[in-house]
Amino acid sequence: MSNNAKIRKQLTRRSMLRASAATLGTAALSAPSIGRAASSDPLRVGTYGGYFQDSFDTHIYPDFTSDTGIAIESIGEPTGEAWLVQLETAARAGKAPADVSMMAQVPRLKGQNSRLWAPLDETAIPNTKNLPDHFVHRYDDGSVSGIGAVSWYITLVTNTDHYPDAPVSWKALWDPANADSIGLLALVTNSFLLEITAATWFDGTSILDTEEGILQVIDKLSEVRPNVRLWYRDEGQFQQALETGEIPMGQYYHDVTGLAASDGKPVRSTFPVEGGVLDSGSWSVSKASDRVDEAQVFIDYMCHPAIQSKLSRFVGTAPTIRRELTDLTDEEFGAVASHIPPILPRYDIYNARGDWLNQKWSELIVG
Amino acid sequence: MTRRRSDNSWHLVLLPAATLTVFFVIPFTIMLAVSFFQRIEGGFFEPAFVLSNYVRFLTPFFGKILATSVGLSATAATIVVAVAFPFAYVLSRMPRRRQTTILVFILSVLSLSEVIVGFAWSTLLSRTAGIGNLFHWVGIAESPRAYTPGLASLLLGLAYLAFPYAVLVIYPAVSRLDPELPEAARTSGASPLRAFTSVTLPIMRRTIAGALILVFVFTLGAYLLPQVLGRPRHWTLPVHITDQAIFQSNIPFAAAMAMFLLLVSLALVGLVLVVDSRRRGDQS
Repeated sequence: MSNNAKIRKQLTRRSMLRASAATLGTAALSAPSIGRAASSDPLRVGTYGGYFQDSFDTHIYPDFTSDTGIAIESIGEPTGEAWLVQLETAARAGKAPADVSMMAQVPRLKGQNSRLWAPLDETAIPNTKNLPDHFVHRYDDGSVSGIGAVSWYITLVTNTDHYPDAPVSWKALWDPANADSIGLLALVTNSFLLEITAATWFDGTSILDTEEGILQVIDKLSEVRPNVRLWYRDEGQFQQALETGEIPMGQYYHDVTGLAASDGKPVRSTFPVEGGVLDSGSWSVSKASDRVDEAQVFIDYMCHPAIQSKLSRFVGTAPTIRRELTDLTDEEFGAVASHIPPILPRYDIYNARGDWLNQKWSELIVG
Repeated sequence: MTRRRSDNSWHLVLLPAATLTVFFVIPFTIMLAVSFFQRIEGGFFEPAFVLSNYVRFLTPFFGKILATSVGLSATAATIVVAVAFPFAYVLSRMPRRRQTTILVFILSVLSLSEVIVGFAWSTLLSRTAGIGNLFHWVGIAESPRAYTPGLASLLLGLAYLAFPYAVLVIYPAVSRLDPELPEAARTSGASPLRAFTSVTLPIMRRTIAGALILVFVFTLGAYLLPQVLGRPRHWTLPVHITDQAIFQSNIPFAAAMAMFLLLVSLALVGLVLVVDSRRRGDQS
């Protein structure tokens, strides 16, 4: 795949508004028929529609099928929560729109809370040992509810025509010189701006432990409002504005920005001194699936060091297994990650105080 | 024989009735029921009968958002009808062929999706590629600037989307308008403007009310344009409903907000109809 094609596809990567809406519709129409023969059907694997799905279709699934004999039906899922809603609704009717799904962490946790995910058998997934503990997700009783699939960084991105020098700190977002020229993600659960603000101004994310602390952080964050031109839900909208210089600064995905830069676009991604935000997707299996055994074979395969290296090279994601297990060169690793310690999202607060946070966040943005 | 025929004609009603039931009544009933369900925070929802979803909406914050939505749609409706009515009137006085050409052009706008319209306007009004450059080039503006996002660009986008619908409603009525009526006013000494305001407009009152309602209800559902062309303070209730339903998986609250939106639009439409029938009552 040429870089050009890669970037065009990447526009829709973690999926956009329209894709979510469209997929909602098609998923409803293509809900599996009752009584299908379990063994002869392919394993249905959901990844974010667009770039992710295309990359997996090209680089991962064909090799998996020839290695294991398990055929795969690739399902394009809308981002995060929208897919969770579909899986929950379908599971109530005893159906699974996909057997295995790549889930963002907040919806994965919500699914775990309602016991949507089938418990997985660790002994059937021996490659689990390659992953650090925080990528092996467990129910309270210790059974595995999900396994880290891929990770990626959200960093500070700039248009190189407007900013000849790269910014060094997230504090640039607060700089009055950048009035009305910044693009930020619009949702509290995917922008991680609370963590960024806490790490930049409050020495780390532990201030987010209490509601008072969160309100302090929100207060600090509200100072960026005059600088924000666009609160985006749709990645394509921001990427285009960044490339043309219409909105010359913002937060965005490190991998996509790198691809755009290597394609000659005047953009750069910078890991600020406070660190980039390390976000990730995990594999989980719907409890309504009757293909748990094959799903475990698939997840085990995806945790293999060779496959994780392949994902970094071809899909641009950072590995979820320990770096030393991969055969990535320093240059290859630098293209997808950084040695600056990352800002880790506080998924727990979205889980514990989701509605309260969402309300405060809406009030912050709407003003 | 006669009896059988009447049976058949009765069956004809079944299809639309079934369609209405399956695609409107059932989903609506489900939404109504879900709006009373218990939200499980950090989870999904479970059947119950609670009023908390409605209570959460009754705050100044959501009141402001509802007012924003209604205000935006009312403004858009006024602008659209104020432009579409004279437009349709002039159009109906044109030669037949030209009318057809212009109508086909106007209707072709309907084939554009909201996404395309939104992004096209955001580019047209941008600093880097928009009309600001043209103003700069001809010397009106010192340097190109962006005209989006903002209230004006949002209203422009909404008006652009709704304009063909308003023309569709107004055009048939104005083309049936008897030209002798305004002419009579003119021969009695009224200026063209006065003939228009005192004769043509009153006859068209119901058409205008119909067009206003249509555009109002149509733009009340807008959720993409406010995000693309507006600032967060212009985000309408549907934007927040989408956030709750899609991104917070809080379906009960989204359903309750949708019920509010529906009730408000029904109430406003009802109000217009009541005022209209009262006035007609006064006149007769």
